[in-house]
Amino acid sequence: MKYILMMNTMRAGAGVPAWPKADLQAHIAFMLNLNRDLRDSGELVQAEGLSFPDQARQVRAGKDGVPITDGVFPESKEFLAGFWIVDVDSPDRAYAIAARISAAPGPGGAPLNMPIEVRPIMSAPPPEML
Amino acid sequence: MTEAASTSPWDPASEHLLRELAPQVLGVIARRFRDFPSAEDAVQEALLAAFRQWPREGVPENPRGWLIHVASRRMTDMVRSEIARRDRETVATPEDEPAVEPVDKMEAEIEAEMDPEDTLILLFMCCHPALSPSSAIALTLRAVGGLTTAEIANAFLVPEATMAQRISRAKQSIRASGVPFRAPAPQERGERLPAVLRVLYLIFSEGYASSIGATLQRLDLAREAIRLTRSTRALLPQDAEVAGLLALMLLTDARRRARTGSDGELIPLDQQDRSLWDQAEIAEGTALLTLALSKGTVGLYQLQAAIAAVHDEAARPEDTDWPQILALYELLLRVAPGPMVTLNHAIAVAMVHGPASGLDRLQALDGDERLSGHYRLSAVRAHLFEMLGDFQQAIHHYRTAAAGTTSLPEQNYLIAQAARLDDAHKEPPNRQAPSES
Repeated sequence: MKYILMMNTMRAGAGVPAWPKADLQAHIAFMLNLNRDLRDSGELVQAEGLSFPDQARQVRAGKDGVPITDGVFPESKEFLAGFWIVDVDSPDRAYAIAARISAAPGPGGAPLNMPIEVRPIMSAPPPEML
Repeated sequence: MTEAASTSPWDPASEHLLRELAPQVLGVIARRFRDFPSAEDAVQEALLAAFRQWPREGVPENPRGWLIHVASRRMTDMVRSEIARRDRETVATPEDEPAVEPVDKMEAEIEAEMDPEDTLILLFMCCHPALSPSSAIALTLRAVGGLTTAEIANAFLVPEATMAQRISRAKQSIRASGVPFRAPAPQERGERLPAVLRVLYLIFSEGYASSIGATLQRLDLAREAIRLTRSTRALLPQDAEVAGLLALMLLTDARRRARTGSDGELIPLDQQDRSLWDQAEIAEGTALLTLALSKGTVGLYQLQAAIAAVHDEAARPEDTDWPQILALYELLLRVAPGPMVTLNHAIAVAMVHGPASGLDRLQALDGDERLSGHYRLSAVRAHLFEMLGDFQQAIHHYRTAAAGTTSLPEQNYLIAQAARLDDAHKEPPNRQAPSES
């Protein structure tokens, strides 16, 4: 079963978090370790971090399909910071990985307890249609 | 290898040959070196070498000998480098040293070590209960199926490195469980065969599913499952459930070309173009099943195959012998009870005794915690309400089911069912919006 684990923690205009260097390094090391563990366990399909919200553009099709872009977002809007796609044997395993991500260390090494959105990817085999 | 050996040209049958030889070669190497995990890696490398060289240079006269030679040389290299590594660290004692013999001398002896049971031993090993289903599937496809890691990764749409790790960890679990490389005792064989058949069936289901709108580059797992089950049946010709499973696969696969439309949309059984069903597969499946059922012990796969056969023998949907299907589901409920069997049984009840009886059955399932709230319950309910002529309820349940499935083709199907009913049975406009009345 494939799941996407989404970390919706970026806020428009918030910029790069100003953490002490050691805390940032610990956070990065945590994420690298996590990805290595998921690769070693044969569960990682893909993991990506996304650019900061100031790089984001909202695009709509205008007349004749010409793209119309908009890049000003309200300060409160949350953005996807990164995602993991994992192929696991049970939903509980996906939740366990999400909980580990949630507890990534923040300032002072304290767990961030970020909300991680877990959703199944539409990849299940369909049953026989009677 | 002896020089100037004659070769034959590479053709599609050569690829089949390579895959058939893979477990035989692995059996020889694993027994010889008493190290299944490393032997499995060495055989995979030999297979990759064959896939590189044979299409270019032709298939060697003795393909099995060629593979054994290459895999043994790889094993010997690995053993030597391991000894060298240990020598650098400590002084190796003689009993630590694995057997290393000159490859040329080994070959004739190895040929004599061929055991017809090897493939069976490997199959039981790869479907070891210590492994998760996904690990067992991956390892079975590689070690017994002779597939490459890249092919397996591609079939399951995961990166090759991830699949390689999954296989490697599966082998570590087998190593840790300390299973010896030998055939399980008769009693153990009986206990563990269901797990083997389940892995084969899971491979088939995955393949049958991914054949929907799949690109040709994706490996055909359904065919691989049929091939592996065929080999298993050749090794256990007396087992009725192995035959039943092969029959089930053939009788289901026979409908492959009819079950999806030109845009990859699912077509339900009663709307399929039955002239597209593969009559050869149906005939083979039916013959296998008849033979299996004559042996007396009826099991889960034979019953499912029997149900598939009843569907397959109906020239038109209205010719389907539903009373017989209902009787088979009643047997299945006793042999292998489960929520999905109960659901399908309710459909059969509806087909024989009318949709209201089927809906009554489903009501009992609302209290079943394995099923209550499951989207399949809604899907079946929608179908039965449609049969009953209660289209508003049917639309509601089709949409509820569509929101719950994690299969994209099935979701599209369910949404389309709701839309079809909605279009055909629109309520008069003055009654459509309750706020207006």
